[in-house]
Amino acid sequence: MAESKTPESKTPESKTPESKTPGSQPADRSRLGQRLAAGARGLVVPVLAIFSALVIGAVVIVLSDVTFFERLQADPGAALGAAVDEVLAAYSALFTGAVGSPTTYVDAFASGDLDQVTHAFVPVSETLLAATPLIFTGLAVALGFQCGLFNIGAEGQLYVGAMFGTFAGFAFAGLPLFIHLPLAIGAGFLGGALWGFIPGLLKARTGAHEVIVTIMLNYTAFRLIEFVLKVPGYQREGRTDPISKVTLESAWYPLLVEGLRANWGFILGLVAAVLVSWLLFRSTRGFEFRAVGFNPTAARYAGMSIATSTILAMTISGGLAGLAGTSIVLGVTHSLTSGISAGFGFDGIAIALMAGSRPRGIIFASLLFGAFRAGATPMQSITGIPIDLVVVIQALVIMFVAAPALVRGIYRIRVPETTGLETFGQGWRA
Amino acid sequence: MTAVAASAPAVIVDRAAIRRQRILGVVYLIMAAVIAYFLTTEVTAEQTSTFVLKPAGSTGGLDVPSLVVPSMLAVYLAAGLCAALGAMQLIRGFGSRWAVVLGIVVVAFVFAFLTWAAAGRSMSLIGILQLTVQKGLPITFGALSGVLCERAGVVNIAIEGMLLSGAFTGAVVGSATGNNVVGVVAAALVGGALAGVLAVLAIRYKMNQIVAGTVINILASGLTSFVAARVLQSHRELNEPDKFTSMPIPLLSDIPIIGPMFFSGNIFMYILFVLIGLIHYGLFYTRWGLRVRAVGEHPRAADTVGINVLFTRYRNVVLGGMVAGIGGAYFTLGSTGSFVHDMTGGRGYIGLAAMIFGGWTPIGAFLASLIFGFADALQARLSILNVAVPSEFLLMVPYIVTIIVVAGLVGRVRMPAADGTPYEKG
Repeated sequence: MAESKTPESKTPESKTPESKTPGSQPADRSRLGQRLAAGARGLVVPVLAIFSALVIGAVVIVLSDVTFFERLQADPGAALGAAVDEVLAAYSALFTGAVGSPTTYVDAFASGDLDQVTHAFVPVSETLLAATPLIFTGLAVALGFQCGLFNIGAEGQLYVGAMFGTFAGFAFAGLPLFIHLPLAIGAGFLGGALWGFIPGLLKARTGAHEVIVTIMLNYTAFRLIEFVLKVPGYQREGRTDPISKVTLESAWYPLLVEGLRANWGFILGLVAAVLVSWLLFRSTRGFEFRAVGFNPTAARYAGMSIATSTILAMTISGGLAGLAGTSIVLGVTHSLTSGISAGFGFDGIAIALMAGSRPRGIIFASLLFGAFRAGATPMQSITGIPIDLVVVIQALVIMFVAAPALVRGIYRIRVPETTGLETFGQGWRA
Repeated sequence: MTAVAASAPAVIVDRAAIRRQRILGVVYLIMAAVIAYFLTTEVTAEQTSTFVLKPAGSTGGLDVPSLVVPSMLAVYLAAGLCAALGAMQLIRGFGSRWAVVLGIVVVAFVFAFLTWAAAGRSMSLIGILQLTVQKGLPITFGALSGVLCERAGVVNIAIEGMLLSGAFTGAVVGSATGNNVVGVVAAALVGGALAGVLAVLAIRYKMNQIVAGTVINILASGLTSFVAARVLQSHRELNEPDKFTSMPIPLLSDIPIIGPMFFSGNIFMYILFVLIGLIHYGLFYTRWGLRVRAVGEHPRAADTVGINVLFTRYRNVVLGGMVAGIGGAYFTLGSTGSFVHDMTGGRGYIGLAAMIFGGWTPIGAFLASLIFGFADALQARLSILNVAVPSEFLLMVPYIVTIIVVAGLVGRVRMPAADGTPYEKG
């Protein structure tokens, strides 16, 4: 339809009669244009943020090389050249580890060997795998943000969810996949929801700030996991180290493609994003969440219950974080240890901030952070640059995204002020 | 709830207060029941618990006899005390003295627990108390940092990152220069610099302060781990500082119990005492403190009378960062002797809780930190004693206590009114 109208709308004369007719093509077009422009403007900050973070990351790589300064004095040109090479090697290893190398793809497709083609997609699969829990924790934190709550406790909720999910995963033998898997996923959601319900209830009833309570519940959850992993019946038989029994195969997320580790957990993450989006922007309850987050006083005068919204939002948020736990124990490790997460819950904060608490943005931000995680290990093994570089880059990305004024100051451009964070309160106020 | 109670006429009964009193009373009774039921298992009537009060290996000073109590009797006495206080709490309440009563009940509970754990053997109580102070030290530094920042109206959740970077800097600079004092100074400077970043983000760019603090924590964790893995692993000589040796103060360190606890530590302990005194005096008895508190409570009013609000905030946040940096150096230069990644293990967050627990005052924060330190110390010692209670639950106790306190089950703490709110000249 749009193509047939193009020649007409290009000439100014034909535009005038066209706009008088009831047909609304140009209006649609301009709205589309506006949306595209808004979308592009929304991308300015994240893209500049990632760019700036990578630049600073490069500086960190160079400066942390102890021999750099000696070489700089001896031969400045060669030292700088070597430094640039080092940075490029690190970032290209990071990139290749995250999305694969073009030559591998070409070779694999040229050979026509299915195994080789599958193997070429391993980096992509690893990125999806790492992105899966991040989608859930990102959604968890974002849902809290939308309701004016800062859920720092996604990490603890993830662990409790994983604990419940693992139990359901090994305790019920003989169930078919289509019963056992949903059961285990549901158990994970329940565990996380329980751990999110506590701070929600306390905030609603007593005004206890959710940041302190969720931080404390994180540590409580870590200790709880350490305890549970030593309980006979939960601990794996014949083991003295803290590790759970292996979950049954009927509770595992099925693989997306045979031979790759990426699984249906990722699809569940996408579904969860759609559901959260619907909840927040299409349902009455979500409207109440956002109203309470935006202006609690006004929401109360409009007859909404702040307490109900707070408790419900924290509970669902915890449940989503719990799903992140299931995506690990039922998708990757197949058993629970105290080291399964490695900061997925905290990365969720970064992702929610970066995406401005929008579910669609969370998917992209999770893929980005998943790519960082997936690429970090090959980067370390190839170039010897420690994995922790990725943490530095991530922290810088959030810093730039959460303070648009900073980006504007550095690049001297106009960028929108909104960060998606306006909805949650300042300081410790209840 | 408290605001309502304060403004309502006195004759109207504050229902929330009554409910709190009831909850407390029931909690005391439950604790009494726990003591009487659980802490008497495997204890026989003739057993005694011995608490050693003289540090092992110490030769000088007064000879402090060990405390020997009949286990069974002591536990039942503690249970009786808790039950009696619980009953009184339920019947008539203690009014404004609830905090003292709560303290007594907690002490009775801990005493009963220790008696049970030490039944039929001897336990070095003085060792636990010494460890309590040591474990509480870095927490107090963190809490003091929080007090300095938040009294001026800036929420500092980045204490954890400042401790961590202080620990790292202390180890590296201390090893590189071979001079620990330089290490501590450098740690303070790096802590201050990190706080400067927080201040710019929070004050100049009006970024949400909790987000800014979280970012700094992630950044500090990432940077220190990165450099530790990239540099310190191959250059071990950069991570081998000499630890500060302990410096017992003559005479004072000979005082029974208190001497070994507070006057036999290394330099960090005395720096801490000086800081607590200085900050307490400064905040509450000087013009500087009055201005800081004015900025934290009502920045507009402070601005009107000519106080530079933004400058006061910058200065206090940077000072707070320096205090946290020194506290961080304790981990490497005062305690373990080398940097390990993420070695602060959430002490900064605990410090934050201690600050809230202590009602935003230096002395309160110190006492609250000692409670957290005690739980830490108890866990470390009891795991040696092979006590039947899983150590994980003991480790949970401080966190759960914090939640209960923050949830205001036992009365609300009052924070600076403008805490966390960016100031804009109107």
